[in-house]
Amino acid sequence: MTPLVEMRDISIAFGGVKAVDHVTVDLFPGEVVGLLGHNGAGKSTLIKCLSGAYQMDSGQIFINGDRVEIRNPRDARAHNIETIYQTLALADNLDAASNLFLGRELTTPLGFVDDAAMEAETRRIMGRLNPNFAKFKAPVKALSGGQRQSVAIARAVYFNARILIMDEPTAALGPQETQMVAELIQELKAQGLGIFLIEHDIHNVMKLCDRASVMKNGQLVGTVNVNAVTDEDILGMIILGKMPETGAPKMEGA
Amino acid sequence: MSEPVQAAAPRRSLWQALGVDSRLLGMIGAFVVLCLVFDVITDGRFLTPRNIFNLSIQTVSVAIMATGMVFVIVTRHIDLSVGALLATCSAVMGVMQVWVLPQSMGLGIGHPAIAPLAMASGLLAGTVIGAFNGWLIGYQRIPAFIVTLGGLLIWRNVAWYLSDGQTLGPLDKTFVLFGGIEGTLGDTLSWAVGGLACLGVLWAIWRARADRIRHDFPVKPLWAEALIATLGVGTILGFVAILNSYAVPAARLRREFRLRGETMPEGYSEVFGLPISVLMLIVVAVAMTILARRTRLGRYIFAAGGNPDAAELSGINTRMLTVKVFALMGFLCGLSAIVAQARLQNHTNDIGTLDELRVIAAAVIGGTALSGGVGTIYGAILGAVIMQSLQSGMAMVGVDAPFQNIVVGLVLVLAVWIDIQYRKRTGEKS
Ligand SMILES: Nc1ncnc2c1ncn2[C@@H]1O[C@H](COP(=O)(O)OP(=O)(O)OP(=O)(O)O)[C@@H](O)[C@H]1O
Ligand SMILES: [Mg+2]
Repeated sequence: MTPLVEMRDISIAFGGVKAVDHVTVDLFPGEVVGLLGHNGAGKSTLIKCLSGAYQMDSGQIFINGDRVEIRNPRDARAHNIETIYQTLALADNLDAASNLFLGRELTTPLGFVDDAAMEAETRRIMGRLNPNFAKFKAPVKALSGGQRQSVAIARAVYFNARILIMDEPTAALGPQETQMVAELIQELKAQGLGIFLIEHDIHNVMKLCDRASVMKNGQLVGTVNVNAVTDEDILGMIILGKMPETGAPKMEGA
Repeated sequence: MSEPVQAAAPRRSLWQALGVDSRLLGMIGAFVVLCLVFDVITDGRFLTPRNIFNLSIQTVSVAIMATGMVFVIVTRHIDLSVGALLATCSAVMGVMQVWVLPQSMGLGIGHPAIAPLAMASGLLAGTVIGAFNGWLIGYQRIPAFIVTLGGLLIWRNVAWYLSDGQTLGPLDKTFVLFGGIEGTLGDTLSWAVGGLACLGVLWAIWRARADRIRHDFPVKPLWAEALIATLGVGTILGFVAILNSYAVPAARLRREFRLRGETMPEGYSEVFGLPISVLMLIVVAVAMTILARRTRLGRYIFAAGGNPDAAELSGINTRMLTVKVFALMGFLCGLSAIVAQARLQNHTNDIGTLDELRVIAAAVIGGTALSGGVGTIYGAILGAVIMQSLQSGMAMVGVDAPFQNIVVGLVLVLAVWIDIQYRKRTGEKS
């Protein structure tokens, strides 16, 4: 089976810092791949090469086996790649609906933005994601961290993504909302989406991910099948940067 | 704050029920107080139809540019070159209608094509120069402050070279109609325009309400909508009524009749009514408001101002957006140049001098935040009106010119300070 996404030998440096150093990861349809690593390991930088936010210095990206060039976020969206950024990337002065549809506004037949229709859609999806959400008229800067995160999640899942990138999607969420996002991830996975999930909570990783790719100092430590390893094995990979002795690590192949 | 429900909750004030921006109310309040104070000091000379007419036509040029400055500042930029750009556009139009079209191209003085061609050339010059500024800022990443500070020197003096440093005139007869007193709609047409404007307001309010009802959203109570509609219609009709009560002086009418080779009948009278330039401002205001609120471009302008990175990550081409914003600013400078030049009935070298400061002040007094992402078109226009009223009022009272400028400067700083306090109290971070 060809992977949905393959990022092969990706490198990117900022000044002298090699933020991502010859990293290869892949993702199959209906699969959740966890990207793990300590702070500054290069996880966000890696996925930003896929989402079009950064231009990698070298490496290749394949989607369904085809080599693609992702030069900007528009290219990524054209390949049905949706991203929830760690920083959320919301325009604080606009309301939830304007943010959800930013860059893809619904319009009336005359080409004017249709705020009422967008608000209606936003109410519908938020009803599923976060039923307590009620501030549809307020600028998002007036929302709590968790409410803002719900808006960012809603934006990523609304547009029928095939590839979903979630950079610490539950960092600001309460237990109930985190549970809802976990259910959402399982539902999307069942629909055949591929999901890159950056997550620090090892329990969530064990629960939600099929495979885990661990990074340290910009380099890939390795990729393992989550079923085949223990929490401690993964923690060891993150902290020591070594592959576990036991278990059946799934090695990368070209 | 929870979701507003059908009727106003008991604790909410009248203004909240009306859904009117309290900053707007503050500005209107300040403006009304200002007018009343000047009216008392000048023994009722400030609020006469004549003075209101003059105030209106003096405000137009700065107000038109201020609407564009809102977008510039909302996207976290600034344009210090608008006065100089106005001068260049004015010089282009002056040269076209005084030298190039009638003489070099041989159309002859008074040819009907002169005014439109001259205007088109000025608008084109403004748009192209603005777009070039936008390209330097958006694609070459030179700060807008520097690009337009340089532009201030460049375009003021390009204007000087274009016109050889001369005052260009007399202007084309049609062209002059756009300046104010020479081109007014008279009684009937003014009422017609006022009536159409009222219908427009009612339609917009009704549309917005129908839209919300269709989607089952909470709506304002009916009485609140009715009150807003009444205030809107009342303001429009009141304004038209005032302008329609400013009679054309008999001497001027007699001269016009004489020029046509007729004699004025006894007891004949005419009123000025709505000036074409003011009508232009109204059209610009409506168009810019629609652009800001109802188009993708407007949405992207505000998004980019609120969070440039988020806008870029949402697939918005923020560099091209910068070009568009500055091109629009340039176009509006051209439009203002038409009004300013036609009002002065000449192109002069110092046309538009210090306008950049008036325009920025108008936008900022009108609530546009220099930190970006926040601003309204109506606020900027109201800001321009307040500044002009202050200046004219002080001149009428006989305040020394240097002191007038001191007061205007103080008002600008005070307005921003009040705005900061206001945002603090409403919990808005800026
Ligand atoms: N735009 C940038 N300019 C310069 N350096 C950068 C930039 N973005 C990331 N870096 C550097 O690249 C390295 C990797 O950063 P990255 O944000 O990818 O880490 P991360 O794994 O996502 O960490 P965290 O868990 O804290 O989110 C860091 O050393 C960071 O300082
Ligand atoms: Mg990160």
